[in-house]
Amino acid sequence: MKREPVKIKEVAASARSENFDEVILGYNEEEALREAARCLQCKNPLCISGCPVGIDIKTFIYKITQKDYAGSYNTIRERNNFPSICGRVCPAEYQCRKACVLTKRGERFASPQAINIHFLERFAGDYGMNHPVAAAEAKRTGPNVKKVAVVGSGPAGLCCAGELARAGIKVVMFEGLHKLGGVLRYGIPPFRLPRNILDYEIESLKKMGVEFIPNFIAGRNKDVDELLKEFSAVFLGLGAGIPSFLGIKGENLCNIYSANEFLTRVNLMSAYKFPKAHTPVNIGKSMVIIGGGNTAMDAARCALRLQKMNGMSPNTTILYRRSEVELPARRLEIEHAREEGIKFKLLVKPQEFVGDEKGFVTKLRCLQCELGEPDASGRRKPIEIPGSDFEVDCDIAVVAIGLNANEILTKVTPALKTDKYGDVIVEQESMETSIKNVFAGGDIVGGEGTVIEAMGMAKRAAKSIIEKLCNQR
Amino acid sequence: MSIKILEKKILADVSGSRIVQIKVPAKDIAAKAKAGQFIVLMVAEEGERIPLTIADIDSNKTTITIIFQEAGLTTRLLGKLGPNDSLYALAGPLGHPTEIHENEDVFIVGGGVGIAEIYPVARAFKAKSNRVTTILGARTKELLILEEELKKASDNFYVTTDDGSYGKKGFVTDILKDLLAGKKACNLVYAVGPIPMMRKVAETTKPFNVKTLVSLNALMVDATGMCGCCRVSVGGKTRFSCVDGPEFNAHEVDWDELVKRNKIYYDKEQHICKLSLE
Repeated sequence: MKREPVKIKEVAASARSENFDEVILGYNEEEALREAARCLQCKNPLCISGCPVGIDIKTFIYKITQKDYAGSYNTIRERNNFPSICGRVCPAEYQCRKACVLTKRGERFASPQAINIHFLERFAGDYGMNHPVAAAEAKRTGPNVKKVAVVGSGPAGLCCAGELARAGIKVVMFEGLHKLGGVLRYGIPPFRLPRNILDYEIESLKKMGVEFIPNFIAGRNKDVDELLKEFSAVFLGLGAGIPSFLGIKGENLCNIYSANEFLTRVNLMSAYKFPKAHTPVNIGKSMVIIGGGNTAMDAARCALRLQKMNGMSPNTTILYRRSEVELPARRLEIEHAREEGIKFKLLVKPQEFVGDEKGFVTKLRCLQCELGEPDASGRRKPIEIPGSDFEVDCDIAVVAIGLNANEILTKVTPALKTDKYGDVIVEQESMETSIKNVFAGGDIVGGEGTVIEAMGMAKRAAKSIIEKLCNQR
Repeated sequence: MSIKILEKKILADVSGSRIVQIKVPAKDIAAKAKAGQFIVLMVAEEGERIPLTIADIDSNKTTITIIFQEAGLTTRLLGKLGPNDSLYALAGPLGHPTEIHENEDVFIVGGGVGIAEIYPVARAFKAKSNRVTTILGARTKELLILEEELKKASDNFYVTTDDGSYGKKGFVTDILKDLLAGKKACNLVYAVGPIPMMRKVAETTKPFNVKTLVSLNALMVDATGMCGCCRVSVGGKTRFSCVDGPEFNAHEVDWDELVKRNKIYYDKEQHICKLSLE
C-alpha cells in the first residue's frame, strides 16, 4: 500500500509572477487528511529529531487524521509559536522531511515520498489562525513581576518573546525599524509569507501582553547596561545585518544592489507599489542576481515580478559559482523560480562590473568555473577556468552572497564577547553571553541560519531565562 | 507613541525653495545625540525613510530640532506638516558623532542647508575651548540661515553669497583659500554643504595639507548599516555612510562616484514629485 504524496495547490507560474500574492495555496481539509494518512506513525519517529525545535510531528499529524485540528495546532504550539510562518518558510527538505523514514538513505534532500510535514504544519497553523483555538493565552503563573527586554523582532526575538510571555513574564520588544518582524518583513517577500500571517502572529504576541517598541536602536537609544537596569534579563536577537559584497571592480556603480537593499526596498518599503509607496526601486531589462541561497531566489523572483508588472519582458538570471546540487536554497524555491522563468547560469564567477558614462552598470564580466575538491564547507570548490571569460548584459545587479553580523550594539558593548566574524559568543546550552543575564540567539550567534534554527536558539535562551528568573524569586 | 510636531518655522523662502525648521519630541534621541549625528524619519506609512541631521537639542533633552530644505517629495511632504501633525516614524541618533578635540584652531564651512549641520558641530568645538572660524555660504541673502546663532559660536565669522547680495560676493572657498594662504593657524577644516561645495573645499585645502572632514549626504534606506545603499569609496575602500560615517576624510572621497550614486533615482523622483504634488 503505497500512497502518493498529495500535491500542494499553487497559483500557475504565469499568473503568480505578475503580482506579490502568495504562490502556494495550501491544503484543504480533504487534502490534509489524505496527506496525514500517509504518515506511518513510526514507533521511533525520526522526523522529530530533524526539527530544530523538536515539534512532536508524529502527534500533530495523528491529530489531523483524527480531525482534531485544534489539538494538532496546540501540539505544534507547545514547541513552536509560529506554525503558519514555519509551515511556509522552513527548509523542510533539509530538516524534518529529510529525517522522515520515507526519505531514501544517503539522499542529500528529502525524497519526494517523504511526508509533506511542512504543508501539514501550515494547514494546522492556518486552522489555528482562523478558528478560536485557546492556546496563545499567557498562563500568568510565572514571575510576572520580572521584565525581560527582547532586542530585535525577527524570528529569534519573536520566538523568545512568545516563550517568555507564555511563562507569564512581561516582555518589552525593541525593534530598530519602523515595522516589526525583522527578516520576515524586510527579507522574505509577501508571495512566500503574506503580510497578514506575520501581522497575525505579532498581534497574538500583543494579546499575550508583549509590548512592542519600534524605531528603537539598541546601542544608541539605550545600551545593554541601561537595559539591565530596567530589565531582569536581556535577549539579543540582532540578526545578521551587514551585507557582503563581491569585492570586485565596478561594484559601486549605480543599480548594483545588495540583496538586503533590494529586498528592503521591495518588501519593507513596498517599492513594488511605487509611486503609491514613495520608495523607488529601479527595474532593468537584464536583471542579474548573484548567489544561490534563499535570498537570491527571493530577489530573483521579486525582480522578475517587477519586470512583468512594468510591462517588460521577463529577463532575470541567477549566477552561481557552483552547480545545481550545491545551490543552498530550498528546493521548492529553486523549482518555483524556474517555473516562473528565472534563468540559471551555474558555475560562473563574476569578475568585473562595467558601466556607462553616467555611472550605471551595463555589463558583468565573468569566468566559467569547474568543480574541484570539497572545501571547508564540504562542498566542491569552484575553480576558475582560465580563458573562459564572457560577458552578460546586466543593467541591474543584486548581490546576494551573504551577510555579516550587525555591529551597532556589539561595537558599543565591549564586555559582550564576539568571535572573529563579529558574532556574539554564547554558552551553547543556556545561550547566555559573556555578560550575566544577557542572552542571544539567531543569526547574531550562528551566522546565517534558517528561521527555525533561530527559533531553536531563542527557545533555549527563553528556557534559561525562565529558570533563572524563577530561581531568583 | 505619536511624534507630534511641536513648533515649525520657515527659515527661508526664495522662489519655492524653502528651508524649514521643526521641533519634535524625542526623549530617547535627545538624551544620547551628539554633534554630527543624524536621525531617520518617515512622514507616512507609505513614505520613504530619509536621513536628516539633528540641528539642535533643547536644554531639557526632550526635543530635537530638524532643519531641511524642500527638495524631493518627502521633504516637501514634511514641509506641509504643521504643529500638531505627526511624523510616522523617527529613529536615531545614527552615525558617528564628530570627534571634538580641545584647544585647537578649527575652520567650519557651511553651505546652503548644510549650515544646519555645522551649527551643533561649531557649538561643540566652541564648548571645548577651540578657536572657531566659521565661513557660511548661500546662493543669496534670503537663503542664509542660522547666521546669528553661528556668529555666537564663532571667534571669527565670514559670510559669502553667490550673487553678492550679502557678505562677500563669491564662494566659501575664496575665503578659505585666503585664510589658509595667509598662514592662519588651522588644525581642522570641517565642511558641510552641497557636494560641489564640499568637493571644492577638499580641493582648496589639499595643497595646504590640512585635515579636512566632510559629512556626506549619500542616499540611505534603513540607515543602520543593513542595506549598503549609502556606500561611498573613501581612500579606495567601500564604506557605508550610515554606520562608518557620515564624516569622512574629504581628500579621500571619490566625489565622482558619490555624485553619480546620488542620481540613481533621478527619473523616479521627478516622476513622483509631479504626480503627488499636483
